[in-house]
Amino acid sequence: MRFIFKTDYDQDIRLAKHGGHVFWYGLLCVLLAAAPVLLSEYLLAQLTFILIYGIVGLGLMLLAGFTGLFSIGHAAFLGVGAYTQAVFTGMGVPFPIALALAALLSAAVGIVVGLPALRVKGIYLGIATLSFGFIVEEAFARWESVTGGNAGMSVGQVNIFGWVADSGTSFYFVCLVIAVLCTLACINLLRTSTGRAFVAIRDSEISAQSMGIHLAYYKTLSFAISAALAGIGGALYAHQIRFLSPDQFNIIQSIDLLLMVVIGGLGSIHGAFLGAIFLIGLPQAISAVKDYLPEAIAQAPGLKAVIYGAVLIAFVLFEPLGLYGRWLKVRTYLQLFPFYRKGMFKRQKSFQKSDRLK
Amino acid sequence: MTTSLLSAQNLSVRFGGVLAVNNVSFDVREGEVFTLIGPNGAGKTTVFNLISRIYTPTQGTIDYAGPQGPIRLTDQPPHQIASLGIARTFQNIELFEHATVLHNLLVGRHTHSRSNLLSEIFFTPAVRRAEIEAREQAERVIDFLDLQHYRDTMIAGLPYGVRKVVELARALCTQPRLLLLDEPSSGLNVEETDDMAFWIQDIKHELGITVLMVEHDMSLVSKVSDRVLAMNQGEVLAMGTPREVQGDPGVIEAYLGSVDDVSSLRREVA
Amino acid sequence: MLFQVLQLLISGIAQGCIYGLIALGFVLIYKATETVSFAQGELMMLGAFGGLACMTFLGFPFWISVISAIAAMAVFGMAVERLVIRPILGQPAFSIVMLTIGIGYVARGAVTMIPAIGTETHTLAVPYKDMIWKFGGNEMGIGALVVNVEQVVVIVCTALLCALLFVMFRYSKLGIAMQASSQNQLAAYYMGIPVRALNGLVWGLAAAVAAIAGLLLAPITFIHANMGFIGLKAFPAAVVGGFGSLPGAIIGGLIIGVVESFSGFYLPEGFKDIAAYIVVLLMLMVKPNGLFGEKLRKKV
Repeated sequence: MRFIFKTDYDQDIRLAKHGGHVFWYGLLCVLLAAAPVLLSEYLLAQLTFILIYGIVGLGLMLLAGFTGLFSIGHAAFLGVGAYTQAVFTGMGVPFPIALALAALLSAAVGIVVGLPALRVKGIYLGIATLSFGFIVEEAFARWESVTGGNAGMSVGQVNIFGWVADSGTSFYFVCLVIAVLCTLACINLLRTSTGRAFVAIRDSEISAQSMGIHLAYYKTLSFAISAALAGIGGALYAHQIRFLSPDQFNIIQSIDLLLMVVIGGLGSIHGAFLGAIFLIGLPQAISAVKDYLPEAIAQAPGLKAVIYGAVLIAFVLFEPLGLYGRWLKVRTYLQLFPFYRKGMFKRQKSFQKSDRLK
Repeated sequence: MTTSLLSAQNLSVRFGGVLAVNNVSFDVREGEVFTLIGPNGAGKTTVFNLISRIYTPTQGTIDYAGPQGPIRLTDQPPHQIASLGIARTFQNIELFEHATVLHNLLVGRHTHSRSNLLSEIFFTPAVRRAEIEAREQAERVIDFLDLQHYRDTMIAGLPYGVRKVVELARALCTQPRLLLLDEPSSGLNVEETDDMAFWIQDIKHELGITVLMVEHDMSLVSKVSDRVLAMNQGEVLAMGTPREVQGDPGVIEAYLGSVDDVSSLRREVA
Repeated sequence: MLFQVLQLLISGIAQGCIYGLIALGFVLIYKATETVSFAQGELMMLGAFGGLACMTFLGFPFWISVISAIAAMAVFGMAVERLVIRPILGQPAFSIVMLTIGIGYVARGAVTMIPAIGTETHTLAVPYKDMIWKFGGNEMGIGALVVNVEQVVVIVCTALLCALLFVMFRYSKLGIAMQASSQNQLAAYYMGIPVRALNGLVWGLAAAVAAIAGLLLAPITFIHANMGFIGLKAFPAAVVGGFGSLPGAIIGGLIIGVVESFSGFYLPEGFKDIAAYIVVLLMLMVKPNGLFGEKLRKKV
């Protein structure tokens, strides 16, 4: 059991709160750096996908988990980033600049999508973002001169001023570096006044306002940053997949992203990556298990949907804190053994009060 | 010569067919504790909400002696109120449930933080210093209100009495010149109410903050208030020292109904 | 020209009725339990398949099939509420939305998994299938107003159903009980309202309405596992009408349906699919609470 005796404000502020943090995260970094050596090419590609979806998840987590604004059309930002990257790379623009443009354009679209957030809340905002998602998807399909429409568009490779990331390993490292930078940026944001403002808006808009937080500014900022992160993820996604088509950014993709943050654990940075691991890992797990299932079930096209739905329902019913929450419980159990009490994480039973009066 | 920190003139607000506040005028002098009393539904919290710009008056103005000179409060947007030095607590406690006490107090420091987005993303040394500064200020308030024990507890796990104190602490973190307290003693037992009375007096004498409060507990009102305004059904009934107002026949009738049982309720001014 | 417009209008109204019925289901559930259910589209799909199953596999005649399908869906809705929704009441609204999305996934996947049937499109043998009425024109039928009876049936049934629901809510204790429990569950409990039973009933009712929508839609779009996606357009309908309003849901649906129908004909390709979403965004900008929604403020 670890007791942290605080003697310094820095201890509260800094990223690694104690030695254990340094050790485990250091180990994680070493393992990630060594991944190309440890994993097969196929698994490395999956890990790259996890990093990419993790970046997008960070964005959605910031928006939904930390600011409480739910976006059911987030795939639109993924798409904007992806297509922007594809177009500019095709024009010969170097990778870092194209990436920055992808992020900025996504942020701009994010600000536009966030405009309804200033006037409406809750389910209305969800429907507004859903609507934007459909409109953007349709725009990708119709704007054939730029996006190639439904026929699709191919994407060039990562070209950083001459150095081309032409192997799985080199592209993996590009994604790893960007993922780490994005994660650090988010963590930094969350431990300063902007991050606290986001959380304040989530929990009580009225008192956030009375503490001097400009709601319109921070809500728009949250949308912009979240969209920018999704755009960066989209740009990397474009390079990974090498071929884009509008239906990759449809409502199903948006719901997959939501699934990711909910199952990962709303309101935690870890949740974004745990959710990404889940999202990429589940189809692999299903494929692995297929051999053991009767023919009729294994080959059925609806199997994936049923399992996804069932897992989502199970998590909401039994583990609302998500994978990160479950991990916290396990860790607390191990830390406090044998003094762990069953009800430690139990939510106080709350009777439903009208959300309309929030 | 005490200056008027806040003055409301002919304030009225109408919600549909309900005239919640009707032609209310009063002024709060710097350094005093000014209390609004009145039965439930009298419009006291509505006046607070008008001052913090949650509502806009249909008539009347509120003037405030701001840090840079007099300001028409009714022209200001709600999020500017805190940076003008006006802080408030809420009747039904509006804390940030899924955050720790310290986190809540740090949000109170928001108007004093000067960092911009880019330096926050990179967590520059300037941002680090600002964070430490914010925490030092929050610790001062924690010391003042004896909240050390609860510093890292989530609000969702705290009892009601402690939440009320955290609400007060968060308001104090904004370093206000004018503090609006909405029913600070509601839901508190006798000891907690006594503590609250001491804190309000300390806020006035040690911190030099002007307090405008809404209160029902008459003993608390008599103990700490310099002046009292009695309201009923949105209108002003009487204004003056606690003794004067408690003795006013109109107030007695609105509150208690009949003149007979007054003597047992009259309290000595501390 | 006039007939063109009339035809577009009628098909728009018919489509709008379907949207309206699904939106009605959302709004029923929202008014009672303040949860938003993304599963209504899939419930509609299940209702259509239910009717199909009754007619082709159980061999029931048309009317018996219809009634059994509706009844079966009502029971299914109540079962879903009891098993899956009830345990999580009190959790934040977003979790419940995700749960209903999960239910939709499971329903869609399960139907797709049924060997041979799930992945194909089916027709429902309704008595009025492929019937059309002609108005005006000469004996050859040229220049006539052609009206699809299937669409007329949709409109008439929706109108009847709305009238029925209106009578039920206006003149029965159920409606008031529903509103009470939606605003403050705890207080409703204290007042002796059987909140849990009520919620079950509401879900059953919403599922039944969805089943009716599915059965009405089946002749027009055929029955297939992805039918439920039409339900997504019902959300703009509910928002346009104002999420807490039952007549609003129907009217919102009609508006969306008509706009869609006309934009499909007069506007360039692609606009038909997103017409509904443009309408809802406009509505949110102009009147955020919808046509008949109420503006509530929190009292602090």
